[in-house]
Amino acid sequence: MALPEPSASGRFGEFGGRYVPETLVPACQELEEAFRAAWADPAFRAELDDLLHHYAGRPSPLTDCRRLSEELGLRVLLKREDLNHTGSHKINNVLGQALLARRMGKTRLVAETGAGQHGVATATAAALLGMECMVYMGEVDMGRQALNVFRMRLLGAEVVPATSGSRTLKDAVNEAMRDWVATVEDSHYCLGSVMGPHPYPWMVRELHTVIGDEARAQCSEVLDGGVPDVVTACVGGGSNAIGIFSGFADTAAELVGVEPAGGAAVGRGVPGVVHGMKSYLMQDEFGQVQEAHSISAGLDYPGVGPEHSHLAAIGRARYEQVTDAEVIDAFQLLSRTEGIIPALEPAHALAWVSRDRAALAGRTVLVNLSGRGDKDVAQMMEILG
Amino acid sequence: MSPSPVEDELTVPPAPAKPGALETALRAARASGRKLLVPYVTGGYGDDWADVVRAVADAGADAIEIGIPFSDPVMDGPVIQEASEVALRAGATPVSVLDELRRVDAGVPLAVMTYYNIAFRMGHERFAASLADSGVAAAILPDLPLEEAGPWARAADAAGVETVLLAAPTAPDDRLPRIVERARGFVYAVGLLGVTGERAALAESSLVIARRLKAVTDKPVLVGVGVSTADQAVEVSAVADGVVIGSALMRRVLEGEGPAGAARFVAEVRAALDAT
Ligand SMILES: Cc1ncc(COP(=O)(O)O)c(C=O)c1O
Repeated sequence: MALPEPSASGRFGEFGGRYVPETLVPACQELEEAFRAAWADPAFRAELDDLLHHYAGRPSPLTDCRRLSEELGLRVLLKREDLNHTGSHKINNVLGQALLARRMGKTRLVAETGAGQHGVATATAAALLGMECMVYMGEVDMGRQALNVFRMRLLGAEVVPATSGSRTLKDAVNEAMRDWVATVEDSHYCLGSVMGPHPYPWMVRELHTVIGDEARAQCSEVLDGGVPDVVTACVGGGSNAIGIFSGFADTAAELVGVEPAGGAAVGRGVPGVVHGMKSYLMQDEFGQVQEAHSISAGLDYPGVGPEHSHLAAIGRARYEQVTDAEVIDAFQLLSRTEGIIPALEPAHALAWVSRDRAALAGRTVLVNLSGRGDKDVAQMMEILG
Repeated sequence: MSPSPVEDELTVPPAPAKPGALETALRAARASGRKLLVPYVTGGYGDDWADVVRAVADAGADAIEIGIPFSDPVMDGPVIQEASEVALRAGATPVSVLDELRRVDAGVPLAVMTYYNIAFRMGHERFAASLADSGVAAAILPDLPLEEAGPWARAADAAGVETVLLAAPTAPDDRLPRIVERARGFVYAVGLLGVTGERAALAESSLVIARRLKAVTDKPVLVGVGVSTADQAVEVSAVADGVVIGSALMRRVLEGEGPAGAARFVAEVRAALDAT
């Protein structure tokens, strides 16, 4: 195991913990025990692996980019999470949590969603396992990701707008937590990233290590037993990033997370506590959480998973920021050079690679292509005209 | 593996041996045969919020909870969310609320209710000192459960600020004694599974949690969350020592009833409790 377990209190260094209303403490404790038992149970693992293979389409391929590499003057490898069922890495986590919820006797899944990818994945798992599903989504995001709202409803989920605050992902998390406080007896909160109270950051990471494990083996094949010089991924809450980092944490590979400039918790935040965790957080001098601003609904979040704060604090990973304009360019660049339309989220990682190509010249960079761009095409059509 | 320095810091110190100003006042009121009434007022909501505090004190509150508005109040329903948002938009900060409180002189003990990041950001010692300095007796931090309360509790204990802890219907039996042991001021019994807000009827779970808590502590047990009317206050106070009423009061304030309307409502609940 390349990344260690958090401490008994759910901490990665000084970050993490379980800052939840008292009502939820027993539920978090039960979830931790249930996950630990399931994760050690070969039957559970076999059932999950079977779903990941026959339902989600894993393993996802590794694509060695010819034309993009030539254009940038470095070698780009893409881990193709965009090719998973439902179109992003989110399905890895959701299938695991849905199986766990069923094992715990829960009949209803509650989720927050930003871009809608986690909501779609949760609605999908709920349909597959015959569970009820309630998804909270910021009102602003429901507008810019209308296609995913329709998909969720088609899959049988109820989608409820979060109308308070910035009306984006942060507020959707608040609403999902309020729902869970009231329904904890029969509902499982299917959190969509490596954030929230312990055990979520650890559990969601474990469910995404499949990305890093596969990529490590695939890179080894392509690179004659070697590893890439750099492994990079976009960071909202940080689940796709931690998933791919986990496969390379024990190598010499540089780990680079890419945040939107308008939602750079690691880059611009200071330690704070919200949504059950202590982590870097964009906040004002009084501790009020600030609103993030990003072209990408999936990264429009003022916080970050606690393990990223820890990796940044100990210097094992570094975090770069890119602007919306750089992301728009990268979105088009990959489409044009490789015939792959990326989601706006992983376009952040590509945008950093493209911007810093001089510094990266001649090196091998593994990018986690966390999702496909179908959901963003309408928004980009408006922007590009 | 020895525990890290971080884990050491997390150790929750034993509660102060003696009750502070809030618990002393509540115990005395209870001893006089009175049921306890603690209304909640959002600090910084409206220009006259300090008048609302004084008015509900005069109308028969035994203590008052003052909300310091936070951007992401996950334990609160629509009414207190709205009051918090409006107060924040009007420029309320922890500093401005505490400053104004210093001048309120309500004549009853005050407890601040806010979310942990407000205390964490200011720094535990500084926040605890600011509370003491503003004449606030206690703090209620609904997203700081017992296991995470160590660092705050050390600072609060040192500053003489009482830390009220919440106890919820979901707690197994072996958890309640640990919560009541560490709580000072009072034990906040969460009446139902859910966030703050008015409910048409008293939840059965309110009576159950109050009974379970009364069986393990002689500290004052007040039920909050979902206690909305004088009748409900009376009903639950048959078991509990009293109630915290937030949304039902703040809804009236949001509807523009002002200090007079707030006082009318608190007086009505007071009279109903006194009539039992
Ligand atoms: C494709 C894609 N990538 C990344 C993210 C951001 O999440 P995380 O940082 O947890 O990977 C999202 C969230 O919606 C997403 O849809």
